[in-house]
This record gives sequence, structure tokens and C-alpha cells, in this order.
Amino acid sequence: MDEMKEKAWRNDAVAKVTGRARFTDDIKLLGLLHAVPVYCDFVHARLVAVDTAAAAKSRGVVRVITARDVPGSNRCGQILKDIHVLADDKIRYHGDVVAVIVAETRSQAIAAAKRVHVRAEPLPEILDPEAALVPGAALVHEEHGTNLIHRHVIRRGDTARGFAESAHIVEQEFRTPFVEHAYLEPEAALCHMRADGVIEVRGSMQHPYSTRRFVAEFLGLPLARVEIVGTPMGGGFGGKDDTAAIVCARTALAALLTGRPVKMTYEREWSMRESYKRHPYHLRYRMGVGTDGLIRAIQCRIVADGGAYCSTSPWVTWRSTVQCCGPYVAPHVDGEVLSVYTNHVFTGAMRGFGSPQVNFAIEQLVEIAAEKAGLSGVEFRRRNMVRQGSTTVTGQVLEGHAVSMSEVFERVLAESGYETKLRRSSRGRGEDDYYGIGLAMSYRGVSLGAEGTDVCAAVVSVQFDGSVLLEAGIHENGQGAESAMILLLAEELGVDRSRIIYRRPSTSAVPDSGTTVASRATIMGGGAVSRAAAAIRLQVAGAVAADLGCRPEEVRFAGGRLTAPGGRDIDFAEAAQRLYRDQKYPYALGVFPAPRVDWDESCGQGRAYFTWVYGCQAVELSVNQRTGRIRLLNAWAAHDVGRAVNRAMLLGQFYGGMAMGAGYGLFEEVAMSGGRLRSLNYDTYRIPRSTDMPEMTAIVLENRDPLSPSGAKSIGEPANELMAPAIANAYFHATGRRRCQLPLGGEK
Amino acid sequence: MKPADPNTAAGAPGFARGSTSAVLARGLNPRASGEPKARPLTLIVNGRRLRLTTRDRRKSLLTFLREELDLTGAKRGCGIGVCGACTVLADNRPLRACRTFVAAVLGRNLTTIEGLAAPDGGLHPLQQAFIDAGAIQCGYCTPGMVLTAHAFLLKHPEPGRNEARRAISANLCRCTGYQQIIDSILAAAPHYRKKE
Repeated sequence: MDEMKEKAWRNDAVAKVTGRARFTDDIKLLGLLHAVPVYCDFVHARLVAVDTAAAAKSRGVVRVITARDVPGSNRCGQILKDIHVLADDKIRYHGDVVAVIVAETRSQAIAAAKRVHVRAEPLPEILDPEAALVPGAALVHEEHGTNLIHRHVIRRGDTARGFAESAHIVEQEFRTPFVEHAYLEPEAALCHMRADGVIEVRGSMQHPYSTRRFVAEFLGLPLARVEIVGTPMGGGFGGKDDTAAIVCARTALAALLTGRPVKMTYEREWSMRESYKRHPYHLRYRMGVGTDGLIRAIQCRIVADGGAYCSTSPWVTWRSTVQCCGPYVAPHVDGEVLSVYTNHVFTGAMRGFGSPQVNFAIEQLVEIAAEKAGLSGVEFRRRNMVRQGSTTVTGQVLEGHAVSMSEVFERVLAESGYETKLRRSSRGRGEDDYYGIGLAMSYRGVSLGAEGTDVCAAVVSVQFDGSVLLEAGIHENGQGAESAMILLLAEELGVDRSRIIYRRPSTSAVPDSGTTVASRATIMGGGAVSRAAAAIRLQVAGAVAADLGCRPEEVRFAGGRLTAPGGRDIDFAEAAQRLYRDQKYPYALGVFPAPRVDWDESCGQGRAYFTWVYGCQAVELSVNQRTGRIRLLNAWAAHDVGRAVNRAMLLGQFYGGMAMGAGYGLFEEVAMSGGRLRSLNYDTYRIPRSTDMPEMTAIVLENRDPLSPSGAKSIGEPANELMAPAIANAYFHATGRRRCQLPLGGEK
Repeated sequence: MKPADPNTAAGAPGFARGSTSAVLARGLNPRASGEPKARPLTLIVNGRRLRLTTRDRRKSLLTFLREELDLTGAKRGCGIGVCGACTVLADNRPLRACRTFVAAVLGRNLTTIEGLAAPDGGLHPLQQAFIDAGAIQCGYCTPGMVLTAHAFLLKHPEPGRNEARRAISANLCRCTGYQQIIDSILAAAPHYRKKE
């Protein structure tokens, strides 16, 4: 079982376990109006008219809003501003919203939505990314000039030479489906105009700063007049970025136009229909291996269905580019990763962010290649994996941190009894259920890397009585980010965590610190907290150092006291009071800019990420010969997290990530038909239940990362990106059949 | 013999915020008095008896709890009775509030998450176990998960790990992978045995 069984702690646990935590839809305001979105049954069409007359006369309707009512810009997006917040010229996918109904009650708004009539001229539907790239194909965004959203390349060495030197060459295609985040809380927003002229926005979102930009641009207001107030959120997994921000923007407009508070809460069906998904990938690989069992060359072409809008496709596919060869050394690489507009639901960030797809491919490909080269998958990985000082396929030398690929790999082999169980695997023989074990491993670049500006801020202020207020530019998505920040600060200031209150976050209080995605909360937020704490320590120590008979930097903070090397000490609260009496305030802004990275987009070479997380997962399963049903029996995960800040929450990330990864491997797939979603709720989109999961073993490795001020790295995504390929490899060892299309369950 | 509910058997269930005003509103509604007397016109929520109007009885239980009584612990996750985020207990049996009309539970004894802790706010041992085991992440499934586990433990105070796993199989959680939730159910089980 798990290494430690200490009691868990998080700052919002009592409120959440008693029902007192108020999520967005739980909050009421006096005079509240209710808003709902209006869709229409087109997939690709030129909009002729949106007739709202009948809806406007419906009972209880206060206002019907269309694109004509937008005071600011109707276009938004984090990379390309191609999202039409309210459809104006075209319908580009089945989830486009043509109007918003605002009414006294929710049921009145829903009733009126049915009375909006949309006239539109259907256009050819573009549903296949490869066909969308053919010259002359109809365009999703005419002004973009092409359906290609972005193309990344990676070029290293000379693949022609690499393949010429290879004794064994393998080729394989892989496909992955649209996947839904399936956060339990659907999108919701609650907005009102305050007396000070600020639009206050609460909502279920994981990128408050991006939401603020979307809202401000949509309303034509300066950033200072939009405040996003932190509210408990029912799960995100990368999915509460663009769509959540758009829902907030439409709700804010409704509040602006009616002068009353407005709430918009999504039904599950609206959420599934409109919100972006994980990209489906079509991956084609070719790998050459020398007689020595070393990889000589890798060639790949990967096409991602970006759907109707760009969203974060260029960033998602960039991570796929950097990690397209897995954690292996390859001297000759030639790859391209394309993201393409179609009239499907758009695709964007989801836990893993471009890695689950490539891992599904490469972690099977290495086993296919190993077999051809007459080696075991274990031996092949040992020969080719990155180690301390290795050069990656993008030319980055792995140094300055512990490159623990081998360590996590060997730990999983040992703890799972992998090689014994591999020998026992059925390989399609026997009369009972087939049995097999499989594994997969990865390295994952931490935080945003060369995707964008990576910086995070935190504010710490010590009160007169020694209690402490903390806020950081990261968002509580449910993962326990606030609690991790509190624990880090408590340690840095040597005070009990009960002294520290994490302030209700607001975009008006902390400088724009980007998005809480990319598993960056602990490393970036923790870095900012460490820096703020260091400044506070100097301020507080400065006020009492003379009395303690030492220099400020010699003062030690522990046990709620400040202690000099000689042993003289003073209570933390008393030191804070002294500072106030001296007319100084213990207040600090800590800023942590991520260490520099560099990237040459023309050849896909550079130092992509400042540090990496190494992980390996294994799974044991059985396959029913008759039904094909896969049952997971056991699972192991080892990840080098740098340092465990809050162990129970860390284990929660291990288990939750593995469960989501298992769903990806076994049965998750958004069913599509002609651009329309057929999976619109949990009855037609299956996520893992408790009985789908086996007992999981978490193996926590802690090689403190020198580039992280807190020593911690990240875990949310690493835990999620390996289960599907591990299941695929175990399936192969059980049945002797290689399955290259997700999901694997349910098919004979 | 069925073990007693460690909380409500004490006869001191918690009153949720907002319920008092809702009761008053119902009591003052003249239409409530004109109802036929054949069926009970009341509902017991967290130990408190509420009088209902005809309109109330036509509502979904989830809407009634959330909008009229301000008991927002039960969440709306899917609206079709699949995810379990809206789970409440009727006579200590879990039911999906989103798929239940108020009329269907007249006269029954309902427990929502707001009624599980002691009146003084002291956590129920099962709630404490959820916290201690790290079974809470986003918290959206938590109220339904806790009540489902509570009903299960009342009936099965000595569960094995697999039984605990099966007990929550109809409640979806996207964050935790369920493992720490199962840990917390097993950790809380002794408290249910003691009360026998």
C-alpha cells in the first residue's frame, strides 16, 4: 500500500464535506435573473437571420441578446481571436451560440429559447482533417485562408542516413478519439455590476486572468473594471478555460444590459455540446533500430482535429512535438504535427495537453520495435531511455536536475513484479480469461515551456497579531493548490498552518499570473510563495535582529519563533507587532519567473522546458475471451515529483490521474455523427466508476529540483498520461493482439 | 437488528440555513390549508417537518431543496440520475433528488448533507474520515458520496474493501480515482459498529 498514512489536510475540506462550500450555482443574489444559451441545429452554415421576436415576448423574458448587442469585440481567443462569442456571420459547429435569453426564472428562459428561429444557408461540412487540408476544400474560417491552424516540425540529424543504418524498421498508425473532461460541475457564471462600476464575475473556471481578458474585451471595458472572484469549482482538468470564460463573458453582458445580477448555469447536455474536448489524433510513425538495439531514426506525421476554433491547439500540438519520441534518445528525427480546422466541436487543453496521444503511440511503438529487434521491451527501454546528461530529440541536454527515468522505471519493475508477471502473461493462449501486464513511461516538460510567458506572483502580508494573509496567482481547481501554498508558506515562515489564511482570490489583487494548467500550480505558485516569504523573513528579522544580537539573515524561523544563533528568541507575533510600531509593514510581493527556455520553431530544436518530471506506470489486467471485456486487476505508478508538499493531495493526483487515464484507455470516446455529438450526458459518455478501478499503488520519488525554489515539480498531468499505453501493452501481452486505436474496451 | 443512525438517532438533527424562512413561507401560504387530508402534506428534512404547497409537491426534489430550502449541498451534475451528485437519503436510503418529485417522498424522513453534522457543527465521524483520508478534491461529488457511504455503513458496519468499492459504484467522481474514498469508508466503519 502507500508509503505514508498521515492525516490529510486542506483548507476547504470542512466546507466541502458539510455542503457549506458554495459553488457558483449555489449562490443567490437579490433580483437575480437567469440566462440560458440558444443553439441551432446547423453544423456549418451562413447565418441569414436570428429571429428573436417571439422569444422576447415570452413570459418572464427580460432581454434577448444576440451578436448585435455586443458593445466590445465579439471575437476572443488566447492565440487566435477566432471564437465568435455569439455567432454573427456563420455557424462553425453544432455548439455555436446564436443568442442568450435572460428571464426572471430559469424555466422561463429555457421555454423562450425554443422560440428563437434561426435562418441559415447550409455550407459543406468539413469533418475530416486530411480532407480539410486538400487545396480547394471549403474553409471554416475564410479570413484565415486555410484550414491549417498550425504546423510544428522537429528536425534533428538526417533520417535518411538513420534509416540506412537501421537493421530493423517498423511502421505503425495510431488513432485516438475526442475525449470529454467530464468535470462533475457544468459551466456556471454569476455576474453583477457593482456600485464602483466594476463587473464582478464568479464562475466555474480555471483561468481567471484569461476570463478577465475575454470579459473585458467583449464588454469593451478596461481590465481594471472587471474583477474575477474565486469561487469553489467542481473540477476542470484543463476544460474550464476558453468555454468557461466565454460563458462568463455572455453572462457579464447580460448583467450589463439588464442592470441586474444574472446567473447562467449549464445543463450537462449544453456543456458537452459546446465545451471543447481533447484532440483526436491520427499518428503515423516509422522507427529504425540498429543491430545494437539503439534507436537510429524516428519519423512521424501527426494530425490533430482542432475543430471549429483554434483555442490552444498550437500549444497542445507543440507539447506533442517536443515529446513525440517519448523519453528516448534518437539521433535522427523528422516529424511534423498539424492542427486543422474542421466543423467538429473545437478541441483544446485537457489534462495531459498533447502527451496522452503521443504516449499511446510511442510506448507501443517501442515494444513493437523491441520485438522486431529480438529484445524485451524492458531491455529496449533500458538501452534507449534518457539518462543524466542525455541530449533529447530537440537538442536539449538534460542537466541541472536529477534525470530519474531509470529510477522510476526500475522501481515500477520491482514493485509490480513485472518480469515474472510478463512471463505468466497469456499471449492469446489458454481457455480462461487472458491475463497480461504492461507498462509505459514518459518524461514530461514542466509548466508551459516555450509555449508562452511563464511567471507567477504571490502576495504575503503579516498582520499585527502574527496571523498571515496569502494569495497567489494560481487557481484552486480542486487539486488542493491553495492548501499546498499554505503548507509551503507555513514552512518558510516557521509558523503553524492555522495562522495562515488563503485569501479569496481576485484578479484585481494579484498580478496576472497566467493559467492554472500545465501542472504548474505547485512549482510556479510555490516559487512565488517562497520568494515572498524570503522577503517577509528579512523584514521581520530586520526589526528584531539588533535585540537578538545577530544579523537579520542569521535569524531562524521555526516553531512560531525567531531564533538567533546564540539562542535568544522572540515570538513571531511579537516581532510582527514590533515592525508595525516601527511604522513598517510586513508585506511582500513575490514573483517567480520560470527559468529561461529557448526554441527555434523553424526546426523544432531548443531547450524546451527548464525541468522535467519522470514517470512510469504498469497495469495488470484480464481480458474475457468471449466478450472482450477488459478488467483491471492492479496498477502501479512511480513519479519523481521533486518533493511532496501535501502527501495526501499528491496521492489523490496519482489515483485520480490514473483513473482518468484508465477511462481513456478503456472506454472514453465522444460519439459523433455528422458533426453532432451523440454523447451528451453520462449515460452515453462513460467515465470510470469505482468498480472499474483496481487497487492502485503510488510510488513517490523525491529528488528535489534545484530550479524550483520549493523543490517541488508537478504531478497532475504526468499521472494521467501513461495508463492508456500501459493498458494497450498489457492487452497485447494478454491476447497477442496489438490494438492501435483508442478506446480498447468494448470491442471483441 | 439494524444499527442506529449515529446522528439522527440522537434526536438532534441539524437545521440547515434558510430552512426556517422557507417553513414560514410555506406556513403562510393560504393554498396549503385547502389540500385534501388523505396524504401527508409534509416532508421531514433533517428532522424538521415542513408543510408543502401543491406547487412545491410538483417540483423536483433537487430544485425544491436547492431553491426553496436553500440546501445547496446536493448538486446538479447530470439531471438524469446517473452521476449521483444530487444524492440525498429518504429514511436512510439513497435516492436521486434530480429524478424524484417532492410528491414521491411526502411524509418521509430526508437527510441532506447539511443534516449529517451535529447541531453544534461537530463533524460526523464519516465526514472526518473523508477529510483525514484525503478523499476530497473539487468537492462536487462529495455530499452525494458521503450520504451514499453513510447509508451503506448503516446497513453494513463491517464492510470489506470490495464491498465498500461496490457501495459507491453509482456515484461518479472525476478527481480522486475513488481509492481514498474507499479508505475513508473503511476508516469510519468502526464508528457505526460502536453505536449498535
